[in-house]
Amino acid sequence: MRPFFGFLSGLVFGIGLILSGMADPAKVLNFLDVFGAWDPSLAFVMGGAALTAFIGYRLAWRQSAPVLLPKFDIPTASEIDVKLLTGAAVFGIGWGIGGFCPGPAWTALTLGAPGTLIFVPMMLIGVFAGRRLKSI
Amino acid sequence: MLPITPTDFTPWASLGGGILIGLSAVMVMALFGRIAGIAGITAGAATSDDRGWRIAFIAGLIAAPLLWLVASGAMPEQTVSGNLPAMGIAGLMVGVGTALGSGCTSGHGVCGLARLSGRSLAAVITFLVFAAATVFVLRHVIGGAV
Repeated sequence: MRPFFGFLSGLVFGIGLILSGMADPAKVLNFLDVFGAWDPSLAFVMGGAALTAFIGYRLAWRQSAPVLLPKFDIPTASEIDVKLLTGAAVFGIGWGIGGFCPGPAWTALTLGAPGTLIFVPMMLIGVFAGRRLKSI
Repeated sequence: MLPITPTDFTPWASLGGGILIGLSAVMVMALFGRIAGIAGITAGAATSDDRGWRIAFIAGLIAAPLLWLVASGAMPEQTVSGNLPAMGIAGLMVGVGTALGSGCTSGHGVCGLARLSGRSLAAVITFLVFAAATVFVLRHVIGGAV
């Protein structure tokens, strides 16, 4: 059951990325190019997604536990620290160079562009390096 | 960096896609009780005690263009830079940054904002500002030198 619903959730997420335009780096880079070829479409992606999740989360949290696991596991950290802001800045620069954040990079793998085939393995190496850096 | 590819303003498709992304985040919360942050799911697919559904989630992301192909008759439109060193550096920075900063566009941008997390709001503002500044420098200061 869990792998099936995991797959289904990923599929819905991926279709959302494609339909929204978020899966196309050209569209992402134009969204970020506020003083140039600005395409504000992606503001609607984030807005629509966050609002849907805002409402849906509150419905989900009416249950005492999630359907397929024994308990909710939600981040509790509240401190805005150096690691958070440094990480976000480094991520932002990488996002601005390549036009990919992690979700769209995964969906792009299927299309097999050379840039994607370099980006994804380097992202995975980065994730593990970043986790080590975080635990220092 | 590739020449700038013009794109159309697509508010309705983007809103619809955003709602699907939000719906997926709600599914992950209601079913698994977790945040649908792709960076976190990616790391968890390799290291978590409960890897199965995370690996399946990523398989779903990878399969999405195929469903799109079946439904629409064409692969999704996409323009990826062919500058391989730049794409390698970009991938590395996205990996390191999302791991160190505990989240990405989905973990902080969608799920974190939906939880009204101050940490996530700070992260979102930071990565948006740095990403926009990077594009500004690459496109308008250096002028496509990358």
